[in-house]
Amino acid sequence: MTATRADPPPPELRLPKRRGVELSLLVCAVVISVFGYVSVGLGRNDAVPPDAARYGAGLGLLALLAHLAVRLRAPYADPLLLPIAVLLNGLGLVLIYRLDLETPHDQAAPAQLVWSTFGVALFIAAVLFLREARVLQRYAYLCVAAALVLLIVPIFFPAVNGAKIWIRIGGLSFQPGEFAKILLAVFFASYLAANRDALAYTGRRLWWKLQLPTGRVLGPIVSIWLLSVIVLVLERDLGTSLLFFGLFVILLYVATGRIGWIAVGLLLAAVGAFVVGSYEPHVHGRVEDWLSPFASIDAGQGPGQLAQSLFAFAAGGMFGTGLGLGESVLIGFAAKSDFILATAGEELGLAGLTAIFLLYALLVARGYRAGLALHHPFGQLLAVGLSSILALQVFVIAGGVMGLIPLTGMAMPFLAQGGSSVVTNWIIVALLIRVSDAARGPRPEPVEPDAAVPVAEGTESR
Amino acid sequence: MIRQIRHTAAFCLVLLVALLVNAGRIQVVDADSLDDNPANRRQTVARFEQRRGDILVGGKAVTGSVDTGEQLRFERTYADGPLYAPVTGYASQTYGTTLLENAEDSLLTGTNPLLAPLPFWNDVTRGRQPGGRVATTVRASMQRAAFDGLAGRRGAVAAIQPSSGRILALVSSPSYNPEQLSGTGPAVTAAWTALTGAEAQPMLNRAIRQTYPPGSAFKIVTAAAALDAGVVTDVDAPTSVPDPYVLPGTTTTLPNEVDGCDRASLAFAITFSCNSVMAGLGVKVGAADMLDTVEKFGFNDTGIRIPSGVAASNFDTEMSDDQLALSSIGQFDTRATPLQMAMVASAVANGGDLRRPYLVDRTTSADGDPVSRTAERTYRQVMDPSTARRVRQLMVDVVEEGTGTNAGIDGATVGGKTGTAQHGIGNAGVPYAWFIAWAQADDAGEPAVAVAVVVEDAEADRSDISGGGDAAPIARAVMEAALAE
Repeated sequence: MTATRADPPPPELRLPKRRGVELSLLVCAVVISVFGYVSVGLGRNDAVPPDAARYGAGLGLLALLAHLAVRLRAPYADPLLLPIAVLLNGLGLVLIYRLDLETPHDQAAPAQLVWSTFGVALFIAAVLFLREARVLQRYAYLCVAAALVLLIVPIFFPAVNGAKIWIRIGGLSFQPGEFAKILLAVFFASYLAANRDALAYTGRRLWWKLQLPTGRVLGPIVSIWLLSVIVLVLERDLGTSLLFFGLFVILLYVATGRIGWIAVGLLLAAVGAFVVGSYEPHVHGRVEDWLSPFASIDAGQGPGQLAQSLFAFAAGGMFGTGLGLGESVLIGFAAKSDFILATAGEELGLAGLTAIFLLYALLVARGYRAGLALHHPFGQLLAVGLSSILALQVFVIAGGVMGLIPLTGMAMPFLAQGGSSVVTNWIIVALLIRVSDAARGPRPEPVEPDAAVPVAEGTESR
Repeated sequence: MIRQIRHTAAFCLVLLVALLVNAGRIQVVDADSLDDNPANRRQTVARFEQRRGDILVGGKAVTGSVDTGEQLRFERTYADGPLYAPVTGYASQTYGTTLLENAEDSLLTGTNPLLAPLPFWNDVTRGRQPGGRVATTVRASMQRAAFDGLAGRRGAVAAIQPSSGRILALVSSPSYNPEQLSGTGPAVTAAWTALTGAEAQPMLNRAIRQTYPPGSAFKIVTAAAALDAGVVTDVDAPTSVPDPYVLPGTTTTLPNEVDGCDRASLAFAITFSCNSVMAGLGVKVGAADMLDTVEKFGFNDTGIRIPSGVAASNFDTEMSDDQLALSSIGQFDTRATPLQMAMVASAVANGGDLRRPYLVDRTTSADGDPVSRTAERTYRQVMDPSTARRVRQLMVDVVEEGTGTNAGIDGATVGGKTGTAQHGIGNAGVPYAWFIAWAQADDAGEPAVAVAVVVEDAEADRSDISGGGDAAPIARAVMEAALAE
């Protein structure tokens, strides 16, 4: 896990920084986004949008500032992370702007641009002021307390579209659950990093490979996790509860290496999903919708949202209708948020959709890559946790709008309309940048003297 | 932990593959069936996204498109809607399309691959070209003459150019304005309910979709069959059919409206419309030869398209002799569309060479580049040219000295045949008045027009209805318009 002290320190090893690569990729990302923006205007009105230059300049400036922050404070960071985030965010702005054209009385793109700017600002702040992701480990309990508060507060606010996950103050509204997922990831990573040996090797053996750790070790984390899931179920935010569940199971597995946990997790998930899906009317409706998306058509009530979404994807075909030329606005409510991927599918086609999925995959893979290269368990677990949040979120929402799994309300990272989501995703990328900088950069001196205690040769098995 | 992280990454890869496979399933495999789902508004939206191409009469558009700015953007408009409704049909956002609007829909909406600059271009782009234009063979003056002649009475007119098969007029009356059905909403629904519920059936295209007993007008077909089969060799020689004529195998006698039909010649029988002679000749020709001739004229053909489908005219294939006798004078189960009877006149006028009738002269792209042109083709050589010559003369006699004098035109040779068809149970219905005719200017080398007119007027006093009285003047007006071109 840590390097043996026997190795002589490498003389003048020049580690690649790749900041030039990042800058050129950023230029590409901005150019592609502006091209998309122009092509929406050409498709819809046969004219270049009047503010195309401003959009390009704004996005370019954000990208440049973020790049400078990375160059200054995280020079060894993975050069792909920032350009992918900029491209996805730029593309999201294009899609929202495109859908705004269909709903003249409901303009979402300007607000999204403000939120994106805020997100990038937080990204820059995080990169500049958080020197080392490892310090977060110290604030694990603060994080979990904040997460629980954030999760519980919306209960006291009125429900919006059936889910009590919003806080409205003045004209602003945001989804605290979005921020809570980072905080919980930090807590899980921290707790598991500290207690993974106890979790893996102590306690009573139940049967075969499943070993139940002592309640003292397992208790706190399970109760916190259960608490958050129960709160979310009460708030009817199924997407996020599913996400927390998945995050917990994945991190538990990574930390302990016990397949049994996955089995238990899946079993619990199956039971929970069945119970909630059968008895909670809101969810039950969505399961029914998923099983037979065209039932409402046969019943003479016209196509439901999922059916409209499938129609949109189908209309895109291989190469799409072209930006601005689709009819995904027929999806109606939530076309700009939960269902924004349908617009991408219709107007960019299977080709564009595949590109988007691959961008996400690359982002996730780069996160894992950083985790693999790190040398301390907290960082590893944090990298895996944050990457898994992205991966699970993409799968749950994309699978939902494409009829692969039942629909759960969630935001497509960076693409969908939603301020809290964009800000949260920028913070996730900032943390990944931080972690990858540590993973790819020169190995830091051990922080704590204890860790420097030499380990006997040959005993490193992990 | 390295191993577990790799496992987790592999798990994410599985999720990615599931998403990609699912996307391929929806966007490629299931795409067509989802596109065709009737609840999917996309095809409808795309369909009305651009101006629909126009239908032309004499080079001038009789249709138009108006931009409503709604989701279904362009709506159809019609200049002289009721006049051309039997030609154009309607193109409705609610009720679909009919007639030419239907038959040429892919061209008018721009999806026809022939409009694309390259083969499969539209498949690749999933787009469509600007709507093309359809030039019809209809002549505005003749259409107007026929429409005004019917003056709102129930009936129909079909006129054909015998030498080519071009349909010069196609009128059904009473008519309706297809523009009423163009859009969506309560007004359109109300118009639809009113039109479909109306007793006069204004949306029924009587010229090509309604069959009537042709009555005495059918005697031209029987005459041609008798001459071709050699049953009659001299049109002026007396036949052996007595008056009163008893239908074979029955005790029923067949009445005549005129005197002098006893053993009358074919010429007399046609000129003055003797039922007995023509019924008897039909029986002598025999079912097989009658059917042969009748089908050459187009009866029993379910596949006639102009390009809209034409209802099949009927002549029974199996009949007893008494039924054959009645069928030979256009009664019993014999039924014909007005277009079919215009084809009968056309075949006679064109020396027995029946040209395939068609309504679309050519189609072009929106820019006027040619897309297709309808080729003139022979439908059938119906009868021997010498037979045609003799039947022509019989028809001329009808107009010059017989029942069709109302159709005579100065400066032209006109041949015609009247018909007054009994129908209804026990012939209780008001009879249909028929007139079929052709006209050739004295200085022209070939007939300009063949026409069929049917008037079914329930309001009229029964005795007033006759082919010569009601239908012949309309036919004359149409023929005059044709000769004036």
